[in-house]
Amino acid sequence: MAEATKEAKPATPAPIWGKGAPHIRIENVSKRFGDFVAVDNVSLRIEKGELFALLGGSGCGKTTLLRMLAGFESPTSGKISIDGQDMAGVAPYERPVNMMFQSYALFPHMSVEKNVGYGLKHEAMSDKERADRVREMLDLVQLTPLAGRKPHQISGGQRQRVALARALACHPKVLLLDEPLGALDKKLREHMQIELANIQYKTGITFVVVTHDQEEAMTLATRIAVMDKGVVRQIGSATEIYEYPNSRFVAGFIGSINLEDGVVDEVSEECTFVRVDALGGVFRARADKRVKKGDKITFAIRPEKITITRSKPDRAVNTIAGTVNDLGYFGKDSLYRVKLANGEIVSVNFVNARRAGENERIAQWEDKVWLSFDPTAVILLTE
Amino acid sequence: MNRRPMFLISCLAFGFAFFYVPILSMIFFSFNKSRLATVWGGFSVQWYGKLFKNSQIIDAAVLSIEIALVSATIATILGAMAGIALARFRRFRGRTLFSGLVTAPLIMPEVITGISSLMLFILMAEWIGWPGKRGFTTVTIAHITFSMTYVTTIVQSRLSSADISVEEAAADLGSRPWQVLKDITLPIISPAILSGWLLAFTISLDDVVITNFTTGPGATTLPILVWSKVKLGVTPDINALATIIVVIVGAGVAAAGIIMHRTDKRREREVQLAIKANG
Amino acid sequence: MRSGAARWFNLNGWRDIIIAAPYAWLIAFFLIPFFIVIAMSFAVTAPTSPPFAFGDGFPWIDMRNFARLFGDWLYVRAYLTSVWNALIATVLCLLVGYPMALGLTRVSRSWRNILLMLVILPFWTSFLLRVYAWIGLMGANSWFNRGLTGLVNMVLPADMALRSIPMMNTNFAVVLVMVYSYLPFMILPLYANLEKLDQTLNEAAMDLGSRPWRVFLDVTLPLSVPGIIAGGLLVFIPASGELIIPSLVGSASDPMIGRVISDEFSSARDWPMASAVAVALLFMLVIPMMVYQRFEAKAQGEDAQ
Repeated sequence: MAEATKEAKPATPAPIWGKGAPHIRIENVSKRFGDFVAVDNVSLRIEKGELFALLGGSGCGKTTLLRMLAGFESPTSGKISIDGQDMAGVAPYERPVNMMFQSYALFPHMSVEKNVGYGLKHEAMSDKERADRVREMLDLVQLTPLAGRKPHQISGGQRQRVALARALACHPKVLLLDEPLGALDKKLREHMQIELANIQYKTGITFVVVTHDQEEAMTLATRIAVMDKGVVRQIGSATEIYEYPNSRFVAGFIGSINLEDGVVDEVSEECTFVRVDALGGVFRARADKRVKKGDKITFAIRPEKITITRSKPDRAVNTIAGTVNDLGYFGKDSLYRVKLANGEIVSVNFVNARRAGENERIAQWEDKVWLSFDPTAVILLTE
Repeated sequence: MNRRPMFLISCLAFGFAFFYVPILSMIFFSFNKSRLATVWGGFSVQWYGKLFKNSQIIDAAVLSIEIALVSATIATILGAMAGIALARFRRFRGRTLFSGLVTAPLIMPEVITGISSLMLFILMAEWIGWPGKRGFTTVTIAHITFSMTYVTTIVQSRLSSADISVEEAAADLGSRPWQVLKDITLPIISPAILSGWLLAFTISLDDVVITNFTTGPGATTLPILVWSKVKLGVTPDINALATIIVVIVGAGVAAAGIIMHRTDKRREREVQLAIKANG
Repeated sequence: MRSGAARWFNLNGWRDIIIAAPYAWLIAFFLIPFFIVIAMSFAVTAPTSPPFAFGDGFPWIDMRNFARLFGDWLYVRAYLTSVWNALIATVLCLLVGYPMALGLTRVSRSWRNILLMLVILPFWTSFLLRVYAWIGLMGANSWFNRGLTGLVNMVLPADMALRSIPMMNTNFAVVLVMVYSYLPFMILPLYANLEKLDQTLNEAAMDLGSRPWRVFLDVTLPLSVPGIIAGGLLVFIPASGELIIPSLVGSASDPMIGRVISDEFSSARDWPMASAVAVALLFMLVIPMMVYQRFEAKAQGEDAQ
């Protein structure tokens, strides 16, 4: 305890939600299963009261990391501490951590009430206090009327809320959520995202969420760690990882993006000029101190940041000509796949701000169009 | 967290010792020179030699195998029919009674099955003059009756876990119900039919109680012979016989296990390759 | 004519044959014999061949056999011995088999296949020979009996030392061999049940603060009740009607019901009495069967919801 407190660096800028030392410290943690490295030298600090997301595809190590926090796996090397206490050798049942399982793992032979109260059995409290706590939790997730039902008698969304109430009942310091919304349909998922965030706000407990769904991570989390092949590729807020990705991987993983190889042509005070052969020209991006003339970089631009017009726009600094190769209508927006003279395809999102019939679209198949974008829209990836 | 598996593993070790010490002891004493079956008197294989010269034992073994072959085959045919009927024909007259009849022999105490079969055969002989004498035929009929229900259980559970949409697809592609059964259903249940046959064969080969009631003079199966000898006490030649049976069965089960393991492994590898090729 | 038969077969006949053939067989060789036993239990012995006769007047029912069944201490005692032995054997099978089945779910996959094969292997070898193997071990001169006697004598004072432990022809021997013979019937359904249990339920209980032993009591044990019941009945039902084991290693003065039926039938040639004893045995087994059926139906009903 004392050692951990001493180690805590007061120099760490305390975020608005934090109070001093990081709540969860993951230091150089690796986990190997035989030859397979599931988690590779990961270091993370999670602050008290944060809603932190571990985001990545299947097999990226996010679930293994979560299971190490819960105590079901122990790290091959490295150290995990929660609230200043080293977790090495601490059994899952002794940790101040509770988990909401992906499958919910509700006890099928116990009623909703018994499920929620299960963890309280181990706490020194009177039966009355226990019953009150269960009632309080059921109220929180609005399941009081279903207290006597068995898990198979309630819907998927209700099961999820039981799992949440059960995990929260014992006042954990940290709540771990494994793909919390994965099993729900789209409508219910959107509803539950808001509800989860509300409950997190009300209880103030640190949430660590594992998910493969970037939308889920972005709407829920205060910070996101993007993982790939056991390594954390970037940590930041939703805005940071979407608008300022630090690598081709993160840029490509979060949302969709046009990625092209480029060479820095010229660097000035106001802007950077990048030659992108695939797009057939030199384009202006914001000034960037990290690059100098001749650097090979990746020129990235998100489809919704490109404007599509029928005639060449007068004012735009970056323009490209092409023909519509394919288009898809998704309701709130449309995706245009525009083919350039050299055959390269650029994806463009067009927000359907105006109601328009099929014949009134801004452009149809084979139409000649102009693409334009602002220098601020360009992401330069040096990695 | 590691203490409980240790406890469980010692339970496993104890359990397997319990399973195998008596069998190993029996095998060990089959090589005993002494006539006293439980006192060691030096190594010898004489009992094996005597066993193969004992025509009574050889005859009984041959009869047992003949009965097992015939009864297992007929039981498999009838049992598979019943399994298909119960798993695929939703409604027919007397279905409830039929499904009851199929499970009842499984739980009926063997003594009762034995005496009821014997009474049937005696009364039939009295009233319709058949069967004239009890022996091969009556034993085989009794074996078919109780081993076919095992086949039914296996086939039925295989069919109810099989994906019915495969059969529906065949019907959709123009097969008549009889063709669907022949082309799709039978190949699907062929492993179940094979294991059902093996089970029926083993049960028939092993049966004492029902055979004891339904057999007649001159038709002594191997278990009946062993039964009458064992009643008189432990003898070294029975040890030798038991050893041979254990070795044959052990080899058979091990071979089946290895084949299954290999098939599993190959399947797994093929699935892996397919995933890699696609991904 | 031939094409007519072929058409009938292809249209509906094959279906009728598939149902009718096994149905007819079971009616002829299982249902009718079963009714013969029931009818016979209401008859009386007669010095005829076959040795029975029904009452003179309608409804030709004679309850004498059943009256004897409850009146004669021999029969009541045989039932009690059977139930008691089968019950003890079932409980012992559960105590030995449960940790084994649970252990099987915890070992690595390749070990598991080998060990499962080793559980099934004795089942495929002759039942009779498995009983026989114990006769060899339990005899007064066997290494097993001597070793056991030696162990017991270490605790006993010298003047009470035993020469051997009388194991053969006792109820102890019957129970021991029953446990040995029926243990796979307990392990296999239990293993099938335990193996299907969702491991994350254990993790969830542990995550909520339960130590391993508590997790076992709260989660694993209640969820394995169907396996316990299935295994228990698979042991109890055949054990209570067992004939081979009590005949070979049991005590002649304290017979089990299977042996009584057999003796009444073969030695005493009293078919009606043997049938009455058999019918009573079935009545005794109907209760555990119904418990099982109700339990299964309930479990399936819950699954369906």
